[in-house]
Amino acid sequence: MFDLTGKTALVTGASGGIGGAIATALHNAGATVGLSGTRVEPLEALAAQLGDRVHVLPCNLSDAEAVTALPKQAIEAMGSLDILVNNAGITRDNLFMRMSDDEWSSVLDVNLTSTMRLCKGAIRGMMKARWGRIINISSVVGATGNPGQANYAASKAGMVGMSKSIAYEVASRGITVNCVAPGFIATAMTDKLNDDQKGAILGQIPAGRMGEAEEIAAAVLYLSSKEAAYVTGATLHVNGGMAML
Amino acid sequence: MSEVEDRVRKIVVEHLGVEEDKVVESASFIDDLGADSLDTVELVMAFEEEFGIEIPDDAAETIQTFGDAVKFIKGAQ
Repeated sequence: MFDLTGKTALVTGASGGIGGAIATALHNAGATVGLSGTRVEPLEALAAQLGDRVHVLPCNLSDAEAVTALPKQAIEAMGSLDILVNNAGITRDNLFMRMSDDEWSSVLDVNLTSTMRLCKGAIRGMMKARWGRIINISSVVGATGNPGQANYAASKAGMVGMSKSIAYEVASRGITVNCVAPGFIATAMTDKLNDDQKGAILGQIPAGRMGEAEEIAAAVLYLSSKEAAYVTGATLHVNGGMAML
Repeated sequence: MSEVEDRVRKIVVEHLGVEEDKVVESASFIDDLGADSLDTVELVMAFEEEFGIEIPDDAAETIQTFGDAVKFIKGAQ
């Protein structure tokens, strides 16, 4: 439905369930994709599965220099960078009163500060091209909060405010900046939950099921498309009705 | 007129769509040539590329006029 032929996309956290699905969806729509993540093996495996138009660009997002270099590497590999998907994220959950400075700052660094650096690096070329799409993967938790996740929720809410501000600044240059906020998505992480935990979660979701990674990828694909040119500064909630925002 | 001036003027004329004779030494990008703040960022990016130089953010903020730009670029080369 959406055609990204000739476009180039960089997806961080592409070794994870959601990131892999996003990279696959953009690739299936015709884009050349750069797969970034810390673990090289799953990136190579996904690259082998996708075939051509794929570049593996490993990066440790807690390393500021490596993050700053990543957009340049992506442009060298693919010739341009039209679509940036900031999907990588980490959690270090703890009760707020027990949360250490390190637990706080490591989550903020990887989830929010690296997103800022990647946006900065990508926008330069997008401004010249007068076309660009940035999609930041936030979370329902950024809007609702969640016990034990003050750091994670702050980083995800921070993404939304930052995205809106950047969206204002670059809208006149044909660049859109949006967020996708997933709810509970079936991934390796949620597979580990027991039946009681799953039951409690599902009770909060009107759709009565967890979401699929492909359903997040579909939202990202739309926001990457030329059809979504008039959508900017928005947060698209994909959560089965868990929070209607 | 120097070669640097010619090249800077060409970038300004192309980017801001102004008449060449408006681009004089004292012409302010924002006040006289109709640039917005993002245009000035883009102009600096274009100067960096054209002349193969790095213009740090604090220096970029001091480049307000055509004359400022020419002076900075000549100093940086």
